[in-house]
Amino acid sequence: MLTKRIIPCLDIKNGRTVKGVNFVALRDAGDPVELAAKYAETGADELVFLDISATEERRKTLADLVLRVAEKINIPFTVGGGISSVEDVDILLQNGADKVSINSSAVKNPQLINELAAKFGSQCVVVAIDAKQINGKWTVHLVGGKVSTELDLFEWAQEVEQRGAGEILFTSMDHDGTKNGFADEALAKLSELLNIPIIASGGAGTMQHFTDTFINGKADAALAASVFHFHEIDIPELKLELKNKNIPVRI
Amino acid sequence: MIDNTKIDKEAESTPPSGAGRLVIINYGAGNIQSIKFAFKRLGIDAVLSDDAEEIKAAGKVIFPGVGEASSAMAKLKATGLDKIIPTLKQPVLGICLGMQLMCNHSTEGDTTGLGIFNVDVVKFSKEVKVPQIGWNEITDLQSELLTSIPENSHMYLVHSFYAPKCAEMIATTHYELDYASALQKKNFYGVQFHPEKSGVVGEQILKNFLSL
Repeated sequence: MLTKRIIPCLDIKNGRTVKGVNFVALRDAGDPVELAAKYAETGADELVFLDISATEERRKTLADLVLRVAEKINIPFTVGGGISSVEDVDILLQNGADKVSINSSAVKNPQLINELAAKFGSQCVVVAIDAKQINGKWTVHLVGGKVSTELDLFEWAQEVEQRGAGEILFTSMDHDGTKNGFADEALAKLSELLNIPIIASGGAGTMQHFTDTFINGKADAALAASVFHFHEIDIPELKLELKNKNIPVRI
Repeated sequence: MIDNTKIDKEAESTPPSGAGRLVIINYGAGNIQSIKFAFKRLGIDAVLSDDAEEIKAAGKVIFPGVGEASSAMAKLKATGLDKIIPTLKQPVLGICLGMQLMCNHSTEGDTTGLGIFNVDVVKFSKEVKVPQIGWNEITDLQSELLTSIPENSHMYLVHSFYAPKCAEMIATTHYELDYASALQKKNFYGVQFHPEKSGVVGEQILKNFLSL
């Protein structure tokens, strides 16, 4: 049976992890490669690296990081942040990334999704969507949530599927950082409307939240950052808990 | 204490000639870097090549593949390797799309395959999410390629098309239905999953391939 995936997300700036990551066993907690290897060892099913650098050299720094990660870890990983062209994706995939995640660039240029799917295959194209409710309507936001668009979450999600996205990473900005649980209602609706996997993001605080998002939110995977980085939830323990709730996981 | 395994691996990684060399077929349609790194973690320096003579002289051959079947097949034909691969005598391992191209046919792009495995690749229906992405179990393991791999091990898979159950099946996976997640015919092996991305169990499968 296909298992539900647990995905730690690492924020990267200038080739280093950003948030103070609290791993006692690490020599260098700011080294994304070492952190990634640690997560791979402890049962993470996949990793996401989100680059938030804003420097001129960011493309090269990210490409170098991808190469170092691919060299070290034996589980799949996705890279996102500032990817806006076929050339950007080409170098990241060549360097060993399994998937890329595009967000703002997909909204600005939806044709990019078609181009990436045609050139590299849908399986490596993740479209990340950040949204929050405005007057009861789930509205897509850009630039880490700073810029609002006219796009409706569900309409946009259906469009990206039609254009060839292989997966959707949905972050609820209403839930992100609250530790009150994932946006399960919206997630379940996405799963019903679409026929590609949905990754839940934003709101993880307890192990119960993961159970809820897999059962009520019908999510295929759940992504979180700080609860893993700060050991509030450890992945082996989380997976045992999910297994006890009869949710299929890889142990 | 001397670690003999390590020394053997290092010796194997720099062979004096083509014999015993591990060659990854490089035809512009693969997750080649990941596969090369996976072998490097096992102490083996794989050679990337699209040269027919180099491939024929290899000790073992990896046939990778990611993307769309008809365009990958077109690239393979452009190099003439479509004629070479079915004639190889050494162990050959097709991974993901590589495995699918070793079959008779794929409905993806109505692609005629290499005809090594006697099975036609078809697409999952809309009853399930497509592509299948993630870790799924392999069962009914039957080949020396899968020696010492526990039944129900989880492997990483990303695919929309699959090989149905058939006589050459050496592993079964369930998604919508039971399908062939690994195939073998004589010296030809194919795996739908990505051993290079499937943690320590995947590494063991690559080790098994190296010791065939």
